[in-house]
Amino acid sequence: MNKNINLFLISAFASFTLFSCNNSKESSKGAISTNAAEKVYVAPGEYDEYYGFFSGGFSGQLSVYGLPSGRLFKVIPVFSQDPEKGYGYSEETKPMLMTSHGFIPWDDSHHPDISQTNGELDGRWIFINGNNTPRIARIDLEDFSTAEIIEVPNSAGNHSSSFITENTEYVVAGTRFSVPIPQRDIPIKDYKGNFKGALSFIKVDQQSGEMDLAFQIHMPGFNYDLSHPGRGKSHGWFFFTTYNTEEAHSLLEVNASQNDKDFIAAVNWKKAEEYIKAGKGKKMPANYAHNKFDPETHTATHTMKKEVLVLDATEFDDLVYLLPTPKSPHGCDVDPSGEYIIGNGKLSANLTVHSFTKMLDAIENKKFDGDAYGLPILKFDEVLAGVVEQPGLGPLHTEFDGRGNAYTTFFISSEVVKWKLGTWEIVDRKPTYYSVGHLMIPGGNSRKPDGKYMVAMNKITKDRYLPVGPDLNHSAQLYDITGDKMELILDFPTIGEPHYAAAIKADKIKDKARQIYKLSENKHPYSVKSPNETKVERKGNEVHIYMSMIRSHFTPDNIEGVKVGDKVFFHVTNLEQDFDVPHGIAMLGANTSELLVTPGKTETFVWEPKQVGVWPFYCTDFCSALHQEMQGYIRVSPKDSNIELSWSLDDE
Amino acid sequence: MKKSSILMIIGSLLLFGLFYFPLWNIELGAPQYPIPLGMNIYINGIEGVEEFDLQNIDGLNHYIGMKTIPKADQMWEFTVFPIVISCMSIIGIVLGVAGYFNKIKPSYFLFWFITMGVLGLLGMYDFNLWLIDYGSDLDPHAIMKMVDPQGNPLTYEPPLFGHRKILNFDAYSYPHIGAYLMALGMLLTFIAYWVGLKSKND
Repeated sequence: MNKNINLFLISAFASFTLFSCNNSKESSKGAISTNAAEKVYVAPGEYDEYYGFFSGGFSGQLSVYGLPSGRLFKVIPVFSQDPEKGYGYSEETKPMLMTSHGFIPWDDSHHPDISQTNGELDGRWIFINGNNTPRIARIDLEDFSTAEIIEVPNSAGNHSSSFITENTEYVVAGTRFSVPIPQRDIPIKDYKGNFKGALSFIKVDQQSGEMDLAFQIHMPGFNYDLSHPGRGKSHGWFFFTTYNTEEAHSLLEVNASQNDKDFIAAVNWKKAEEYIKAGKGKKMPANYAHNKFDPETHTATHTMKKEVLVLDATEFDDLVYLLPTPKSPHGCDVDPSGEYIIGNGKLSANLTVHSFTKMLDAIENKKFDGDAYGLPILKFDEVLAGVVEQPGLGPLHTEFDGRGNAYTTFFISSEVVKWKLGTWEIVDRKPTYYSVGHLMIPGGNSRKPDGKYMVAMNKITKDRYLPVGPDLNHSAQLYDITGDKMELILDFPTIGEPHYAAAIKADKIKDKARQIYKLSENKHPYSVKSPNETKVERKGNEVHIYMSMIRSHFTPDNIEGVKVGDKVFFHVTNLEQDFDVPHGIAMLGANTSELLVTPGKTETFVWEPKQVGVWPFYCTDFCSALHQEMQGYIRVSPKDSNIELSWSLDDE
Repeated sequence: MKKSSILMIIGSLLLFGLFYFPLWNIELGAPQYPIPLGMNIYINGIEGVEEFDLQNIDGLNHYIGMKTIPKADQMWEFTVFPIVISCMSIIGIVLGVAGYFNKIKPSYFLFWFITMGVLGLLGMYDFNLWLIDYGSDLDPHAIMKMVDPQGNPLTYEPPLFGHRKILNFDAYSYPHIGAYLMALGMLLTFIAYWVGLKSKND
C-alpha cells in the first residue's frame, strides 16, 4: 500500500522538476514578442468573439466570461443563494432551491453543456449539474437565468453529468457514488453487490426546454465518473468512465486503485428507448423535486415527483457493454467524428483510445472477455484504436480542434499535450499553472469544434497573481491553438472552481439576449401596471404592499398602520421599460437580502418588524441622478395599536 | 400634356406616403443611451422608434419638468394634417386626370404646387411652435431647474433641423421618408407644370 503512494509522489515530483525548466523559459518571453497582447485585446466598447460559460464548482453558480479577453460579464445564480440578485432569497425564487431534503442554499456545480442541434451548438439553453444533492439545471440563454432545476433520484454525487445528446434529446446525469437503491438502512460493508449506480436520461422538450426524467438505467455499484455522448456515427450511444470497479467502500484512494483496468461503460440509449417503449421499464417509487421558473408570473413553482421508470442493466441484452480501460479513467471524451472514445486513465502512463467501429464489430462477433454482473466485457485489444505512449502524468480530459488534433490535460505533470488522432503522435506540450483539470475548446464537445482557442482550468493558483491570503481564486489560461504549437496568451482568475466550461460564438446568442420584461406581459398576481394600482392590504397579521418603482421613487413611499408581529410582504414591480434600469430595494432590519428587480418584473421579500419606530427602505441600485432620493418610510406601531393601514406618495 | 399629367398624378400620389412613413425623426443620444431614444413624427401622431422610447423619453423629461409627448388626440394637428394631405393629394390627382384629357391648363399644376408649398411652410412653422412650447413650457415644480450663465431658465426644445446639445443629450432632428416622398412628389408636380408648359409651347 505504502509503495503505491511513494511511487505516485516520486513520479509527481520528477515531473515537476522536469517541466519547471520549461516554465522559466516560457515566462522569459514577453507578451509583446509573441503578439499575445494583441490576440486577447478587445478594445473598449468592442465585443468578445465568444461567450464562455464557466462552472462555479463549490460556488454553485455559472459565470459568463468573454473570450479571448477573459472579462467577467455575469455570474448566473443556479444552485446557490445569491444575495446580490436576491436569488434564493426572494419569495419567487426560493422554490428553485427546494429538494427532497428541503431547502438547500448551495451546491457544487460542475459541467455546463450548451444545447445542440445536429451535433452543433445552438445556444438555446445551457445545462449544468449540481453534484452534491443531485440536480440538473437548465439556464435560458435569452435572459441568462436559471429556468428549471430537476432533482435526480437514486443518484449521489451527480458527477458524470450534465452532458447532452447531439439533438438535445436528453441531458444525461450519472451517479459518481453508488448507493443502496432504494435507500435503506444497511451496513456500509455490505456495499458489494448491494449498492447500485443510476444513469438518468432526462428528456428535453424541444420547444419549451422543459426537462422530464424519462428513465434510469441501474448499473453495478461502480463509480460513474464522467461521460460524453456519442455523435455522428456513434449517436445513440453514451459513454461513461468508471472507477472503483473493485467496489470498495473505504479508503478508495488505495482500494479503488487495485484493478489494472476499469471500464468505459457504453450505453445504447436508443436500445433503452426501445425497451421503455415496449413497456419493459419498471416503475419505481421515488421522491424528487421539479422546480420551474415561470417567465410570465416571474415566479418559481416547486413540485415533488413520485415515480421513476427504471431499466436494470443486468436484465437486458444489448443495452450496456464494458470497454476495459486502464487505471481509473476520469474524463470520457468522444472525438467530433464519433469514432474515437478516449479514456483518460488518471493513474495510467498511457492514454487509451477506443474505436467505435471496432466496438460494434466486437459486439457483433461476441469478442467478450467475461462479464461483470452479466454485462459483457469486450476484449481490450478488440476495441482498442490506439495508445498515446507516455504523454504525461495524470491524464484527465481531452478536447478536439476539428483538425484531427486532440488536447489532453495532465494534472500531475501540469500540462496540456496536443496529439494527433489516428497516428497517436505527440505534437506539442505546454505547461499550465498549475495542475490543470478540465480544458475547453469552444464546441469541443460537438461535431464542429471551433479550434481557435483552448482554455485550461487549473486547480492550483499559488503565485500567478498578487497574493490575497491563503484562499485563492482558481486560475484559467487561454491558449491560441491555431498554429502547430499552442501559445499561452492569457491568464485570468475565475470564480469558485470551474470544473468545466462551454463556449459558443457570440453571434449565436448575443442578438436574442433579453433587454427588458414587458410589463404588459407580467402575470405576477401581485404586480402593478402603474402607480395607480398600488395599494396596501391587510389579511390578519399579513400585510401585502403592492409597490411600484420608477426613476426615482417608490409608490407608495409612506406607509402607516404596520404593527410589531406583522408579516409584511413587499411585492415590488419595476415599471421601467428601459434597458439596464434595475431598481433595488432593501428594508432596514429585514432578515433577508435585498431585491434587485429588472424592468418589468415583480419580486417579493418579507419583513417581520420586531421594533416600534419609523423605519426606512431605499433603492439599492444607483438607478438615476436622484437615486439617493429614492427612499421611503414605514411606521411600525405596537402590536395592540389601532392605527389603520394608510399609504401615500407625496401625501396624496 | 399627357406626360405632364401623369407626372402630376404620380407626384400627388406620393403624398399618401405620409400615411405610411414618418414625416420627421428626432433622435436623442446620451452617454447612457448609446442606442439613441427616438421619436418618429407622423402626420397623425408621434411614435417611438422602439416600442418603449416615448415612455422612456417622458420618464427622463419629468426631471426637467417637460410635458409628456402629446398623444394623437391631444393636438389638433394630428386630425387636420391628414385631412389636408388627403385633400391636396386627391385634388392633385383630379387636376392630373383633367390635364390628361386636356380640360385644364398647366398653370393649375403650378397653382397646386404653390398652395402645397405654402401649406407645407405653415406646417413647418406650426411644428416649430410646438417644439418651442414643448421645450420651454416647463413645470414650475420641476425636479431640476437649470439656468444658463446669465441666469435665464434653460429650454429644451429639440432643433427643427439638425443637431442641438441638450444637457447630456445630443438631439438630432431630420426629415424622414414621408417628407422625402412629399418633396419628391412636389418636385414632380413642378416638373409636370414645366413639361406641360413646354409641350403647350411646342
